[in-house]
Amino acid sequence: MVPFGDRALLVEVAEPDAVAAVRVALEKAPLPGQRDLVPAARTVLVVLDRAPTDLDVAALRRLTAGARVRADRTAVVELEVCFDGADLDDVAELAGRSPDDVVRMLTTVELTVAFCGFSPGFGYLTGLPGELQVPRRSTPRTRVPAGSVALAGPYAGVYPQASPGGWQLVGRTDALLFDVDRDPPALLSPGTTVRFRIGG
Amino acid sequence: MLTVLATGPLTTVQDRGRIGFAGIGVPRSGAADAASAELANRLVGNDAAAAVLEATAGGLRVRAGRTLLVAVTGAPAPVLVDRRAGPFGAPFTLRPGSEVALGAPPQGLRTYLAVRGGVDVPPVLGSRSTDMLSGLGPTPLAVGDRLPIGKLQAEEPFVDIAPLRPPSSEPVLRVLPGPRRDWLTADAWAALTTADWSVTTDSNRVGLRLAGPALARATDDELPSEGLVPGAVQVPPDGAPVLFLADHPVTGGYPVLAVVVTADLPAAAQLRPGDRVRFRGG
Repeated sequence: MVPFGDRALLVEVAEPDAVAAVRVALEKAPLPGQRDLVPAARTVLVVLDRAPTDLDVAALRRLTAGARVRADRTAVVELEVCFDGADLDDVAELAGRSPDDVVRMLTTVELTVAFCGFSPGFGYLTGLPGELQVPRRSTPRTRVPAGSVALAGPYAGVYPQASPGGWQLVGRTDALLFDVDRDPPALLSPGTTVRFRIGG
Repeated sequence: MLTVLATGPLTTVQDRGRIGFAGIGVPRSGAADAASAELANRLVGNDAAAAVLEATAGGLRVRAGRTLLVAVTGAPAPVLVDRRAGPFGAPFTLRPGSEVALGAPPQGLRTYLAVRGGVDVPPVLGSRSTDMLSGLGPTPLAVGDRLPIGKLQAEEPFVDIAPLRPPSSEPVLRVLPGPRRDWLTADAWAALTTADWSVTTDSNRVGLRLAGPALARATDDELPSEGLVPGAVQVPPDGAPVLFLADHPVTGGYPVLAVVVTADLPAAAQLRPGDRVRFRGG
């Protein structure tokens, strides 16, 4: 538990799974004046509309201590992906597999949205097999099209909007990842299970 | 209705921002100098949730379509109403067809214009704010835009004039130790809180980039991305700190050395390129 300025506390957890547990617990029973939650790789930022007190620290300590339970699975999303990404061959080479093998691995693995960030609706998906945990491209692209399915480090992700990006592109989907007129606006939110399927 | 006749370098619609969507990657956004925006709303008797116009370095000119009560706060731009000097920090009435124009503020950067009832562009995820980072919300104002006025007024305004101190171009901002202070050398904290920093030209609503002594990392480890708040002073690998403002990204992957206290964020938001700033440990 670390203070983050005079309006927030940063909860640090030992393992990535606990992030989801802490997030779910704070969604169910928010602290008084809780304004926002930002789950990330190893932390949950709790933003308040007031200065945090020792009571908040104590409440968060209790919560993280018991937060080993697996988070509720909120939803399962299947994404149809056309695996024609510009970096698929590079990823295959890094993995020491054929491009077909890479596609087979990506369409059999079950991924989970660990947290969102980078841009609205961009989910960091965990659960990739070790071979597919590839480094970012050494030179980022100035424009990655919306719907691009990409890999970097321990994460897979889908770009909701066209943007600059340094991840390895393996395919693309037509799914609408983020729509402000939809409720909820993000197709992938923390805790969502994601499966890729081969699509047109 | 307000018709936009000139926008200056950048004018956006801003309110209190998007609250509760950080978990799906949506930044908060909202008025950069929230205190000045709130004061402008109070002067015209608006609900605190009403949207105002945030003019950057003046240059905004609008025409009233009907009788409107307006107020100007923030960076003290000269106010012209139909080419005559108008009030700053006090409510005044615009007649149908009247124009209000903001000159360039001698100090500070962001001037706020509130209209009784609020600027009523369609909200996106509960806010009318333009987020320059994510692109959510209305596009920045353009000449010819016609802005509807809403009904987000509370009681009749009762404040005649607000005593205002112009923003300082050499403020001292109070900072608290950030969550990753130990990722930087002890000298880094000392340098942050003693040196004179200058605001560089690539500063914007996302953050202020500061020039001064390079701040050194104590470790080469890679920090997993974590949440950010406005006021966070993040140190990227080049050692030049970034002080995040309203349109900061939801998460960041570089250590946060210090966090500016909430009460001093308005002063930070009024800094303009070339201004000097110091930090004092709180």
